[in-house]
Amino acid sequence: MEPSILCYLIPSLIMFGCGVYGFITRRNMLAILISLELMLNAVDINFVVFNRFLYPGEFEGMFFTLFAIALAAAETALVIAIIINIFRMAKNLDISEISKMKF
Amino acid sequence: MEFSYSILVLALPLLTFLFLGLVGMKLSHKVAGVIGTVAMGVVATISYAIALTYFFGDGQGQIVDGVRQQIVVFDATWLQFTDFLTIKLGVLLDPISAMMLIVITTVSFMVHLYSLGYMHGEKGFQRYYAFLSLFSFSMLGLVVATNIFQMYIFWELVGVSSYLLIGFYYTKPEAVAASKKAFIVTRFADLGFLIGILILSFYSQTFNFLDLTTSPEAVVATAGGATFLGCSVMAWALALIFMGGAGKSAMFPLHIWLPDAMEGPTPVSALIHAATMVVAGVYLVARLFPLYLCEPGVLELITFIGAVTALYAAIVACVQSDIKRVLAFSTISQIAFMITALGVARPEYHEGVGYMASMFHLFTHAMFKALLFLGAGAIIHAVHSNEVKAMGGLRKYMPICNITFLIGCLAIAGIPPFSGFFSKDEIVVAAFANSPVWGAWLLAVAGMTAFYMFRVYYLIFWWNEPDYGHHTPHEAPATMTIPLVVLAAVSCVAGFFPFADYVTYNRVTLEHPSLLHNVMHLNWSAAIPSIIVALLGIALATKLYKKENAVPAKMADSCRNLWTAAYHRFYMDELYQFITHRIIFGLICKPIAWFDRHIIDGTMNAFAHVTHWASAQIKGLQSGLVQNYVWVYFVGALLLAVITWICII
Repeated sequence: MEPSILCYLIPSLIMFGCGVYGFITRRNMLAILISLELMLNAVDINFVVFNRFLYPGEFEGMFFTLFAIALAAAETALVIAIIINIFRMAKNLDISEISKMKF
Repeated sequence: MEFSYSILVLALPLLTFLFLGLVGMKLSHKVAGVIGTVAMGVVATISYAIALTYFFGDGQGQIVDGVRQQIVVFDATWLQFTDFLTIKLGVLLDPISAMMLIVITTVSFMVHLYSLGYMHGEKGFQRYYAFLSLFSFSMLGLVVATNIFQMYIFWELVGVSSYLLIGFYYTKPEAVAASKKAFIVTRFADLGFLIGILILSFYSQTFNFLDLTTSPEAVVATAGGATFLGCSVMAWALALIFMGGAGKSAMFPLHIWLPDAMEGPTPVSALIHAATMVVAGVYLVARLFPLYLCEPGVLELITFIGAVTALYAAIVACVQSDIKRVLAFSTISQIAFMITALGVARPEYHEGVGYMASMFHLFTHAMFKALLFLGAGAIIHAVHSNEVKAMGGLRKYMPICNITFLIGCLAIAGIPPFSGFFSKDEIVVAAFANSPVWGAWLLAVAGMTAFYMFRVYYLIFWWNEPDYGHHTPHEAPATMTIPLVVLAAVSCVAGFFPFADYVTYNRVTLEHPSLLHNVMHLNWSAAIPSIIVALLGIALATKLYKKENAVPAKMADSCRNLWTAAYHRFYMDELYQFITHRIIFGLICKPIAWFDRHIIDGTMNAFAHVTHWASAQIKGLQSGLVQNYVWVYFVGALLLAVITWICII
């Protein structure tokens, strides 16, 4: 018997929740980046699952996921570059210390 | 087509203007001046050919049944708004436009030639010639206009050229002020002109001069008896159109710009402010004369304004000490003569002699007034001052200038056989035919004309010689004396031209025009009194001003108040200053400015202040801590989701 849709959605929800929690609570920028990836992957899972269950035989959700993965890779490279630059400037990776971009 | 080459008359000056304006600064003074002068000479030749063919050419449709035809050479559509509202540009030939072509090109050519000497070595010489070409183009376009809107366009163009040339010495504050004054005053008058055109064409559904003047009664009838403030709408339209003419022709009370316009170079004063542009108002009324005949009330207004201006300007001219100002006021007075002549002209009086007299005087006046101005320019060139105090006894130093200036004075004073006598005599005849009051009035002004012109003549060439120091005045160069001699010769003989055979209000020709027509048909009952008053004026001036004496000063003292008032032009400028600054600026503009600054600007400033204050209050929200933003975003998204969820169920 095929597992129900919830078997997929609940783990992805947990993943997303972990991502949000990590994003808000962690101080290290790399950890925040990882949390971000977690959220993205949770959404990717949702795409695939909804495609599989709601529109079997079509592939839009799959393709979208592939694009999202590619984008996530590019984005990670970009963010790592930014983090390296910030580290060179501030000698620090604690995000609560970096609050220059304010009023 | 017979007159198709007439387009050259407009094209050549325009091209010269563009050429000199664009590449003039690359040329030397001499080349630029010669190009301008030669182009104007060619235009003058073509104009003479046109006028001669029009008046004397044998029967190519110029005369049909004894009436000179109005020939439309070109009439190209320039702007088409609707099927009815179309603005055309073209060339119209009829007796007055052909006559004006001769006047404009002759004087313009003489001024171009004269300026070669007068403006020699001035900074901006090429610009000067470019502007002269622009002016010639505009003025020629004005006189050959086929419709009233084309006339209005060129009317504004001559205004612009006049502005540019008055302000030629733009480093002089007086010249700048004078150019602005001339432009603003005439623009104000042109507002009336424009409204008049719009009213007229709103009812008649046409701009075309031929349609307007061939059946004037029908045009007036199109208004259907509509009235405004007790006068018919057409009377208002024509009076407003005359207002434009009065502004351009410096009629009281819109005359204030002309004396100040003398700040421009003297040849410009000769061309624009004596011979051509300032008679545009006269030309306008003459052009629409059949329409004016249908509204006699407006003609009476024109007569009244003309007569008042003639007297006013003559009184002021008697006491001025700047020779260019004397000439300026004399111009105002003489143009007022022409305007009055049109005002008193009726078909029933000597076959509308006033119309012919006005055009005749326009022609002769252009020649002798240009002569007087150019003579004055030569004198100013020699003594480097406009004031009569700096002059005197110049007859020994400048014999050619002396003789030509004297001829000009005799012509304007109305002494036979000089040209001014014949034309002024016709005006006086026309005025007497209308009403003895106007006749006597103009006769008196004619006497004053003789007096003030000879006053200034004696003060320049006789009186007492001031100390010229080591800088003795000398005769002007040939480029300046040749135009003087030519214009003087024209002033001597122009009066014998049988003008009445060629220019009449209904364009009917005479059977046998003869060269001695003017002399044979002279109305001696008007001519003898006018010669007598002219001689009286000259005699009085001779007695008072031939040799230096104390009598004029004593006479001025004995009526000090009148003298001072006349010297200050009866405080007309001060009156304008008072009306514009105190009443218009002070009582109207200032409250409006206050409203604009405090109410309208205040509202906008209040918006800005509120925005600024509010953003200062909430700017703390932007902490720079990314995780705060995420919190807010997350909570907000949750809230939205919850709200949406609640709404759905």
